[in-house]
Amino acid sequence: MSQKSQRHYSGDLEVLPKKIQEEIERVCKRMKLSDTQKKKLIEAVKKEYFKSCFEPGEAIGIICAQSISEPATQMTMRTFHFAGSAGIQVTLGLPRLIEIFDARKEPSTPMMTLYLKKEYNTREVCEKLVKRIKEKRLRDFVDSTSLDITNKKIKIRLKDVKDEEREEVIRVLKERMKKYRVRVKGRVIEIASKEGKEELKIIDLQKIKRAILNLFISGIPRVLNAVVLKEGEDWVIRTFGSNFGRIFSFPEIDVKRCYTNNIHEIAEVLGIEAARSALIKEISETMQQQGLDVDERHIMLVADIMTFMGEVNPIGRYGVAGMKSTVLTRAGFEETIKHLVKASVRNEVDDFTGIFDNVMVNQQVPVGTGMFELIARMGEG
Amino acid sequence: MIDKLVFSILNPEMIKKMAAAKISKTELYDQEGYPIEGGLMDPRLGVIDPGLRCRTCGGSMGDCKGHFGYIELTKPVIHVHYAKLIYEILRATCRKCGRILLDEDGMEKFKKGKKSLKRLKSLIKTKCPHCGAKQKKINFLKPMTFVEAGTILTPVEVRNRLKRIPDKDLLYLGIKGTRPEFFVITLLPIPPVTVRPSITLETGERSEDDLTHKLVDIVRINKRLRENIDLGAPDFIIQDLWELLQYHVATYMNNELSGVPPARHRSGRILKTLAQRLKAKEGRFRHNLIGKRVNYSARTVISPDPMLDINEVGVPLVIAKELTIPIVVNEKNIKHIKALIKQYPTWPTINYIIRPDGRRKKVTEANKKEILEEIEPGYIVEKQIENGDWAIFNRQPSLHRMSMMAHRVRVMPYRTFRFHLSVCPPYNADYDGDEMNLHIPQTKESQVEAKLLADVTTQIRSPRFSGPIIGCTKDYITGCFLLTKDETVLSREEVVDLIRSVDIDVEIPEKEEITGKEVFSLFLPKDFSIEYSGKTSRVVIRNGKLISGVIDEKGIGAFHGIILDELDKKYGHKFAKKFLFNVSRVSIEFLTRYGFTVSVSDHELNPQLRKRVKEIIRKTKKEVEALIKRFEEGKIEILIGRTPRESLEILIKRKLADSMNTIIEVVKGNIPENNAVIMAESGARGSIINIVQCTACIGQETIKGERIDIGFYKRTFTHFEKGDVSLESKGFVTHGYKEGLTPFEFFFDAMNSREGLMDKSLKTRHSGYLERRLIGALKDLKIEYDGTVRDSTKKIIEFVPGEDGLDPSKIQRGGIDVAKIAETLFGRS
Repeated sequence: MSQKSQRHYSGDLEVLPKKIQEEIERVCKRMKLSDTQKKKLIEAVKKEYFKSCFEPGEAIGIICAQSISEPATQMTMRTFHFAGSAGIQVTLGLPRLIEIFDARKEPSTPMMTLYLKKEYNTREVCEKLVKRIKEKRLRDFVDSTSLDITNKKIKIRLKDVKDEEREEVIRVLKERMKKYRVRVKGRVIEIASKEGKEELKIIDLQKIKRAILNLFISGIPRVLNAVVLKEGEDWVIRTFGSNFGRIFSFPEIDVKRCYTNNIHEIAEVLGIEAARSALIKEISETMQQQGLDVDERHIMLVADIMTFMGEVNPIGRYGVAGMKSTVLTRAGFEETIKHLVKASVRNEVDDFTGIFDNVMVNQQVPVGTGMFELIARMGEG
Repeated sequence: MIDKLVFSILNPEMIKKMAAAKISKTELYDQEGYPIEGGLMDPRLGVIDPGLRCRTCGGSMGDCKGHFGYIELTKPVIHVHYAKLIYEILRATCRKCGRILLDEDGMEKFKKGKKSLKRLKSLIKTKCPHCGAKQKKINFLKPMTFVEAGTILTPVEVRNRLKRIPDKDLLYLGIKGTRPEFFVITLLPIPPVTVRPSITLETGERSEDDLTHKLVDIVRINKRLRENIDLGAPDFIIQDLWELLQYHVATYMNNELSGVPPARHRSGRILKTLAQRLKAKEGRFRHNLIGKRVNYSARTVISPDPMLDINEVGVPLVIAKELTIPIVVNEKNIKHIKALIKQYPTWPTINYIIRPDGRRKKVTEANKKEILEEIEPGYIVEKQIENGDWAIFNRQPSLHRMSMMAHRVRVMPYRTFRFHLSVCPPYNADYDGDEMNLHIPQTKESQVEAKLLADVTTQIRSPRFSGPIIGCTKDYITGCFLLTKDETVLSREEVVDLIRSVDIDVEIPEKEEITGKEVFSLFLPKDFSIEYSGKTSRVVIRNGKLISGVIDEKGIGAFHGIILDELDKKYGHKFAKKFLFNVSRVSIEFLTRYGFTVSVSDHELNPQLRKRVKEIIRKTKKEVEALIKRFEEGKIEILIGRTPRESLEILIKRKLADSMNTIIEVVKGNIPENNAVIMAESGARGSIINIVQCTACIGQETIKGERIDIGFYKRTFTHFEKGDVSLESKGFVTHGYKEGLTPFEFFFDAMNSREGLMDKSLKTRHSGYLERRLIGALKDLKIEYDGTVRDSTKKIIEFVPGEDGLDPSKIQRGGIDVAKIAETLFGRS
């Protein structure tokens, strides 16, 4: 910061963050300030800015952790249900916050919000799309199933659906059941072993039956339900279940505006910076929804520590905290024995750069006023 | 300064070299009760009895940290904590020549990629590329047995195989600085007795530490095994004893192994062995190393004192006499210190003197003359704390940094800590029996740091949301609200009385009648202007004058106080503190003179209003009944993605919410402004909903967000019919608390509040763990001198903290307001 303060009163804007630079330009335009006035304003803003900057040594991590977890104690445990037409419930409050920090592969209530391109922005398209998006497994088409034990066959009776749908079902079934003989008699499908081959055992029949019912037919896998909503000008599809990578294959969907609450999918599809933004958005929304006020800077730091390695890491022993560099820090957090044993095998060295390490041996912590040492020159001047 | 700590595994030779004694005897003491040489309490292993000297180093108890011994195990045993690793090694190396099972290609490949055992496994060959030996399948039976193609590998065999592995191949296995054969124990180091002290009970009986018990077992079995081998006992006996030895050594390391019965004390208590000593919350690491007990601290019950300054703490005299600050005696202060000693038992005085050689001496009535003569520059005295000394005040749970703030000591009579009520919100303290802690910084540096960094004055702005966390609460707000109301006019006499009880320097205008707004304005700086909408009105302050609006929670309250926020930013922490103190004093003085009380009659509705509320409830009931009827006829409007029953529930809930809102509106608009309403309106305590629940109607009780649906089969009480979905059977309370609830309603209300209690107690656990994890992940992030955020290995986490480098505890909500700066510079446009 010392370099910055040297440029403190010089006329250039550069040292200020972009946001403030833009803000200055905007204000100047609106208030129609002259160049000298502008200069004066820049100086005043700069003075204010450098007065409000972080000071070196500030334990920003601890402040951040406290700023997030202190309000977390005031959150509710309950998962709220949107008592509205949405028909989709979302995990909120403390459980959602924990879920985000755990970086679970799949949130307990995965959800996508899909927007449509301008030319398709109508209710009809939405409703058609919903039908195509919804995951359909064979079970959804089946009226009843039975095992013909004497002939060693599985009989599946389909629901009374449209012809094309039934054809689709049969096509998929035939393709996936190449090992067996599939016969269609009207609405009934029979599955048995191929001619000339040994008859199926009853135990296998059961197994096949279970597998068949789970057979994926159409839609996007994992999208269990979808609802159409109107948001301002836009028709929006909310889906229960998320599969972000697959929405790209629908030309009607405006992928640029779509969103999912599954951070891992975002990281995979859109990259780590997008995942960082999604983390910030999810955490702030969870906080706001509970009426808690947390500065965005803290949330950014958490998002940054979770993503700075290039992948989404959980906060906790299997993630960021378990990857700390010093042995004692890790041992002091969780799984003490495991870390000590591992350290002994690898001949690890603890160089006392962490907080816990120094606390353990009663040394000054290398943070804040403990970050530097003062050497007094005796007998001079 | 420790700057490095290297972890490795002890070489058996090293164990032998550093040992002070070889342990081979099973007895601990002889007939006279003296420890036996060669026994586990060998006097060469250190001293645990006061007065004795160490046989090895000559140090007394405390000086001598103890010395290790060793046991030579008759047969080697596997170290349980390394068993899994041994298994991986055995599978990755040749059973015959000990080389790693990788050919040249594999080695190159492995070196290039990630060096993990998992990856190594995928590259391994089944035939040794070095000697051509075919490998057999090895299985690992937890916790410490290895089976190769059906035959058990003895620890001896395991050790031989590990020994054959050449040093250059260890790299692939991730082993550094040690030899794999050390994972099999041949020599067991015996910890010094200081690690496992024995306690002498009142009966004179000795009670040994758990570790000693375990070690006795090991020594005994070890001895038995040796004897049996020497006697040429049959194999199965030796095998059994060997396994027993293995068991004892394993449980000595860790007594919580899955699949192994834990070793027990004679009384049946499970022994606490090495791993248990270190592990988990009560283990050495988390209990003793990361958290420590301190001296120079005090704890007692807290109580309020509005007369204290914001950053003062009232310390009971008894505590002040106990807590001290060390002061080095020099020529300049010796006179003062001598005077302190002279007045000995009277506070403030000196408790201890420390001579330059480090010996401490307690000052007593008897020896104070002696000490007065003895004391000279270079001595250190421990002076009792006085008014104005800095102390750190803390309330647990310490959830944020404002849970520990520096206050100035003010010694007072009685036995509680006292502080200004404005400081309650950051500590989250109340006075229903809360206790708090006080710490006295001992060095000049720490005192200065406390003053500059931790002082309450500097903590007014919370780094969490960049707003004031210290501010007025409860009665202060009510007082201020009443004072600044439009109709409040005070006579000059009253104003003088009011102001002079707060501040004697404030100038009082020469007027016979002074409005409350003018009184409030007296404490504002003359060039202060602000405009905001408060809870009840729009507040306009121009040039230090409150022109219109009533000051409420949004103006001066903790968390929201806009005026406080503005003053703190513009005029500095000190001014904000002064303002807060003055305003709170004035408010409370005014309120005292006003006489403010809440009574049951404040929760009375007039008959007309009551009728209107009942009418709304009746109407709601009718509408809901109509809904139910339509549902039963199957005509209900079905919501997307819901079953008819769910749709009904949602519709009913919506209807109830609507009618509750109308009730609130009706009550809010028509209730006379009594004291309860004033509290709710000003934001001092309670809300309009609380008043409605008392006066009019509690409304729907819910469990997990649904109307109450538990109890009996298909109904909440046996008094209702099965499947009844009407309002009264599902927990709709039509009465207010004042009016009284019916038994059913009362029970539903109790169900709801029980859910709240459970939720609260479960929540604290989860959020506590969340905090621990967050701290674990973020604790060593700090701002470096180049302005970046880095962790302890100097990896950059953020280039500019928070994308703009602004410290949330130094800015106002939303960052720097350029427009505002422009306005102050060039005036309004």
